Amino acid sequence: MSMLAAGNRTRRRPLTWVVLVLAGLLALVMSSPFLLMVLNAFKTGADYSSHGPIAWPRSLSLDAFSNYLSLVDFPLALWNSVLISTLVAFGGVALSLLSAYPIGVGRVRGSGLILAVLLLSTMLPHEALIYPLFYGAQATHTFNTVWSVIIVFVVLQGAFGTYLLASLMGTMPKEILEAAAIDGAGRWQILWRIVLPILRPTLSVLIVFFFIWTWNEFYIPVVLLADQSSQTVPIALSTLRGQHSIDITVLNAGSLLSLLPTLVFFLIFQRTLNRGVTAGAVK
Amino acid sequence: MKRGYWWYLLPIGLGFTAVVAVPFAANVVLSFFRWKGGIAPLHWNGLGNYSDLLHDANFWLSFRNSVFMIVAIVVIPTGLGILLAATLVDYLGKRFGARAASFLRATYYLPQILPIAVAGFIWSWILDPGSGSINTFLRSVGVSDPPDWLGSPNLALYSVMLMLVWLQLGYPLVIFMAALSRVDPELYEAAAIDGAGWWRQFGAITLPTVRPEIFIVVLTATVAALKVFAPILILTGGGPEGSTLVPSYYAYRNFFELSQVGYGSTIATVMSVVIFGVAAVLLGWQRRSERRA
Repeated sequence: MSMLAAGNRTRRRPLTWVVLVLAGLLALVMSSPFLLMVLNAFKTGADYSSHGPIAWPRSLSLDAFSNYLSLVDFPLALWNSVLISTLVAFGGVALSLLSAYPIGVGRVRGSGLILAVLLLSTMLPHEALIYPLFYGAQATHTFNTVWSVIIVFVVLQGAFGTYLLASLMGTMPKEILEAAAIDGAGRWQILWRIVLPILRPTLSVLIVFFFIWTWNEFYIPVVLLADQSSQTVPIALSTLRGQHSIDITVLNAGSLLSLLPTLVFFLIFQRTLNRGVTAGAVK
Repeated sequence: MKRGYWWYLLPIGLGFTAVVAVPFAANVVLSFFRWKGGIAPLHWNGLGNYSDLLHDANFWLSFRNSVFMIVAIVVIPTGLGILLAATLVDYLGKRFGARAASFLRATYYLPQILPIAVAGFIWSWILDPGSGSINTFLRSVGVSDPPDWLGSPNLALYSVMLMLVWLQLGYPLVIFMAALSRVDPELYEAAAIDGAGWWRQFGAITLPTVRPEIFIVVLTATVAALKVFAPILILTGGGPEGSTLVPSYYAYRNFFELSQVGYGSTIATVMSVVIFGVAAVLLGWQRRSERRA
């Protein structure tokens, strides 16, 4: 480090602190909705109505949580969410791997067109699919079951995954694939023994992303999962919200419970997610 | 030789047909009919729905509001995201350590992992005119008549935009910070020694570095802005007086509240065309700027 740069640094000190304080204030503003939610989830309804939303709780109470759990079958919603998101994450990645293989490695005729169609379908507004899907789910008796949502999202996430994986497979060293073919490996074996291990880090990132995206999905689940027995965590919360007789503290507790699984998941996989955002951006 | 590969496309072929191709085609076909949905009879309406749409003030209003959504989801977060990423990476990160920078990044990113139903509830409660946190705070500092953030037609759209900026900011920030990690720190040091100030470095090093990422962010965020749905459903329901109506919510209302399935399909079809058009323009713009670079 040169003397000049070091001198520069000392002279900037006051401004540096101003910038830090501003960044800190922005962080406070960005996290204040979360802080307010936590603050009010542990109040009693009476405490909330007499002292308002920004006062410190008079005593710690878990009433709001037990009230929420009595209104919503949270374990069931949690199970639905876990089941849907897990099956979609693994199913979507498996589908992506299968369909990216002939495009990226096999370079079948029409690969470019297939990719363009898949890319377009990731931009398609769900509104343009929803009524026929709604009708189709009723016709196939999957309406109000988790299967309708699972099938739809395996395909939708799979379309995006195919687009991403195909371009990655296209950059794989040809020599390895050719050597395996000369050694007598069939296409199926090459996919499982060579392509899959090379792509494993990307596939695990995709699984994490598909899981979180599916967990947070709103539009299609809110239409296809009208019945409480099949609702996911976010949908269960949003249907309860419309009822005016419910205490704000109960809704805060419910929001906190609904957010916890994603938060835990995020904290565990933060590094994977960072890698994934980068991989997705530079693809 | 290559024929054996087609088997691998069978699953996505079937899935895509069932979940995307047939439903989308059905949606386009339905847009030419008047239909109440369910077992009600279908009435051929030709281009009637489309000509109704042209004269529907609500539809034009919803598209005007889409422009505001683009400001809230694309323009402000992308611009702010570049500035923040540069500040965190090459200003605060260097002076207070990488850990401080990644802590701030995680805080700004937090809204991105939130289920939209939770975000919508928290904001509708924070913005509530009576018991909301903002107005409670304003009253405590002496504002006797604080505004009705979501209930006033002049204000509701801006309140929704505020929430969307909050929701979106973390996404461009994380992508731009990742992009900036590609830059060799010596480049900034060399520029500083040559006497370039922070803003000069920002224009000469930071902006050119993140250019490919700016394109990705603008494309994905614009598509998302044209599709905004859940925040409107949860915060305002399109009101008051249609001031926050967006195309996606307008289609939903026609499908599931007004039983005008044909008309809803028309709106959804037009939305798809607009989104594809905008995406095509953006992709073309990227290709041209890549050729120039």
